[in-house]
Amino acid sequence: MQNRTEDRTEQRLDRLRGRAPRRRHDARTIAALTRNPGCARRAVLDAAGVDKELLARQIGFAAPFGQSPFAIVRGNVFEARVTADECAALLTLLAECLDTDAEAGADEATSSDVIYLDLGASGAGPDAEGPARRLERTEAVLRSEAAARAGAGSRAETRAEPRRTVLLAHPLLRLAVGGQDVYLEPDLLVIRPDGRAHVVEIKSFAVVDGQADGEKVAAAAVQAAVYVLALRRMLGTPAAVSHDVVLVCPKDFSNVPLATRVDVRRQLLALDHQLARLTTVQTLLDALPPEVTFDLAPAADGAPTRPAGELTDALDQLPARYAPDCLSVCELAFRCRQEAAGRTAALGASVREELGGIDTVAEVLDLAGGARTPTESQAEAAAHLMITARMYAEGLSAGQALAPPLAPLPAPAQLQASLSASHPVPASASASVSGGEHG
Amino acid sequence: MTAISSYARALAVATGTAAPTATVRHAHLSARPFVLVPLTLAGEANAPLAAMVGTAWDEATLLVVAQPRNRDLRFAFADQLAQIMLPHVLGFAAATEELTSGPRSLDAPQLIVPNPAGVEFVRLFARSTRFRSTEGEYAVAPNVPVLGRWLTFFAERAEIPGSSLMLAVTDLLGLHWATGQSALEDANLAALLGWIDPPPGLRGAAAARLAEDPRHCPPAGPTTDPGFDTEQLAPAIAAYDTAVAAAAADPAAGSAGVARAVTRLENLLRTQLQPTWDLVWRALDLLDGLPPGASVPARWETDRARYTGFHTYMVEEGLPQARRDGAVTAARRLNRIEQAQAAYDADRAFDDPLVMAQHRVTGEAFSGTVVAVERDRRIPNGRGKGRLVTRPLLTVRTEDPIRLTVGAKVVASSRRRQECVIEAIDIPPEGGGLLITLEARSGMGRSAVPAPGTVAEVGESLCYSAVLADGVRSAPMPDTADTPWTHGGPPEPYEPTEKDTAEAWE
Ligand code: SF4
Repeated sequence: MQNRTEDRTEQRLDRLRGRAPRRRHDARTIAALTRNPGCARRAVLDAAGVDKELLARQIGFAAPFGQSPFAIVRGNVFEARVTADECAALLTLLAECLDTDAEAGADEATSSDVIYLDLGASGAGPDAEGPARRLERTEAVLRSEAAARAGAGSRAETRAEPRRTVLLAHPLLRLAVGGQDVYLEPDLLVIRPDGRAHVVEIKSFAVVDGQADGEKVAAAAVQAAVYVLALRRMLGTPAAVSHDVVLVCPKDFSNVPLATRVDVRRQLLALDHQLARLTTVQTLLDALPPEVTFDLAPAADGAPTRPAGELTDALDQLPARYAPDCLSVCELAFRCRQEAAGRTAALGASVREELGGIDTVAEVLDLAGGARTPTESQAEAAAHLMITARMYAEGLSAGQALAPPLAPLPAPAQLQASLSASHPVPASASASVSGGEHG
Repeated sequence: MTAISSYARALAVATGTAAPTATVRHAHLSARPFVLVPLTLAGEANAPLAAMVGTAWDEATLLVVAQPRNRDLRFAFADQLAQIMLPHVLGFAAATEELTSGPRSLDAPQLIVPNPAGVEFVRLFARSTRFRSTEGEYAVAPNVPVLGRWLTFFAERAEIPGSSLMLAVTDLLGLHWATGQSALEDANLAALLGWIDPPPGLRGAAAARLAEDPRHCPPAGPTTDPGFDTEQLAPAIAAYDTAVAAAAADPAAGSAGVARAVTRLENLLRTQLQPTWDLVWRALDLLDGLPPGASVPARWETDRARYTGFHTYMVEEGLPQARRDGAVTAARRLNRIEQAQAAYDADRAFDDPLVMAQHRVTGEAFSGTVVAVERDRRIPNGRGKGRLVTRPLLTVRTEDPIRLTVGAKVVASSRRRQECVIEAIDIPPEGGGLLITLEARSGMGRSAVPAPGTVAEVGESLCYSAVLADGVRSAPMPDTADTPWTHGGPPEPYEPTEKDTAEAWE
């Protein structure tokens, strides 16, 4: 029974994607997903593995996401430098950054042996070997390391087991997202002599005098938290995976690596919470008319042939939940922004809140101008908006009376006039202000 | 976001152009600002790629780093920038006025960048140049570390609210107008200006969309458009590298090739910089169209004093600023920023009724008309001996939703020197708003009777606010020498070490 449901979901998702190759989730897209967990459109398209970037281009809303070749080169050069010679340079850094007691660390780095395992070793790339096999090997290594140490613990008094550090390069992890299995590839895992695994992420943004670009650090922390969560769920023993991850970045203006320990407990909590909130894809699919597809219908040369109109209609079947944040995380943002024109949410969550949570700009202005009778739940917001409108108009005219500006600003009366001209009191709440733009 | 600015955004959506959120200009604008539009190479830690600089719209100088990964070329760029910028910056130091506290320059340099990322570029570029040594193995031109120290000064002043020594244009525009898009989208200078000053026939939203297309309008930097990097910049830099290699093999024949490759890069980077350069100057013109706020000159005086102070420091000592502040310095600095913020917020509200409008919405300010005045009221001063002080009472009728309570200190924007205290708040029997009774406590001259004109008359309209500059009091800070040992003991004054100067930069 369970299996039949899963098959049905898989089939439906395959049909949604059509003939195009599947786009897989990664830590970055999961992090993005949790930035807008309420969006059904994105949840379904990601589950189906639809190439959102291509889709956006096909409907005329190409996303502005691209990476500069210079950034890619720099990233690769730095990663190669850090991982050269089986991560030789990294070992001391890791010991320094993860040991609370610096002296013990120095001692350890010399006395404990280090095992380096490359699970994605050249030739046996993820596709050649298949993800299942690599996943199995990752899990096997982690479990046997955990077991070895548990054994050592029980007879700790008699003779100490060799205290060793294990470095795992190119491991593969699995995480269920919205009822779908997603494979993840962290840069490195390190299992310390105390038996705890730490996620290690290599990033090429610089840390200057101990400070780095806050946004980039935040993104890296969420991404690493995704790995920690996946590891914990795979192993079933949260304590075996530390909430302290290690970011390895270039120091100051050089190429010298610097390891920084980052506590991702807060990100883990948020992720856990958001992943639980993700509606399972099946529920969303059930609400979808059976004929809907995002099959780009590639021609012989791979170019999509499905008309933009059909794709747009299909998109309309999936409810979106646009917020300005989408612009930095989702390939469909330009399309969704267009749809959201005239909505207060498109101006940002805090603006919407200041406007009393009223849905559309047209409603806001009508309530503020007294041109619309508020519903019971809008009464408080409407009263606040009316005061705001009065204060704004009085402030503007008082300011102009005090110091007449050289460039004329619209007087409140003109503003009111142009407002009512651009959108007479709408008949329905969904009337969008942007309608005036085309008219 | 505030209620007023959010409402203004809603208005902008409906009208199709940005709505004003200020009626006066809240920053000083120099007659000769030094505009710097920097570009960096993607992926690198603050590697300059090019810059357009100058003090007039039609006098731009283009600086280009042909191979941004080359350390020597980077410092050559720093030297070029220093040669243009330092004479300008130092040129304001000669003309001073004598104050009791010492000399103060009559004017000061002003550095303008397109956006906050430009400020961050300056901060990091300053950090990467101020410790450089002018002798030894990694010697740089003598100008370079001096430039680094001055840029550090500007970047530090940029953190102080109300200072106009270094300004980012997008911040400046955002202070005076609200667009019909989100704050996130406002970070794009071209899109922001698209709303504030749309080209004829276009509504703000359409102008902003056009401006977001990197092919139509290159980003304001310092990061370049990845498409530009791939299609144009990468081949041009590669061509330069090839030309340099050829010249190394055959100097006689190769130098023309290098010159050609550099010219190609210059032309290419000019296409990316010129549009932003023009936008910056257009924005400055727009801002110039607003009359300055009443308190702007006073804040600029502080900036001038800081400039003179730093100039003196550079002449007398001139050591580079520390990499990081010590605990006490950092705490002092935060405190200074908080105080400056409170003073700046109050200044703006008193200068500008549209800024005050926000305080009226939240009930921290109210506008009204004087309905009664007890001008010659005198009461015992409370210190015995039967002395009397002049304490006029004013009654103001307001319709505003006030949240202030009896005992609150308020000041009227048109009478900033007179502090009043709310004595009573009554609902008039005939209805219609509130009656606020205020006791005037200062600003009436020295004689027993208030000097003429120092007390408001019946019928006068006033706006009173509790947003006072002294809202944040300075927390007592230990003297530097008394730094508690928990904070690392008395900090050493910063001296650059060998390590600082030898630091790799590649
Ligand atoms: S851009 Fe659209 S599809 Fe993507 S997360 Fe936002 S609302 Fe959802």
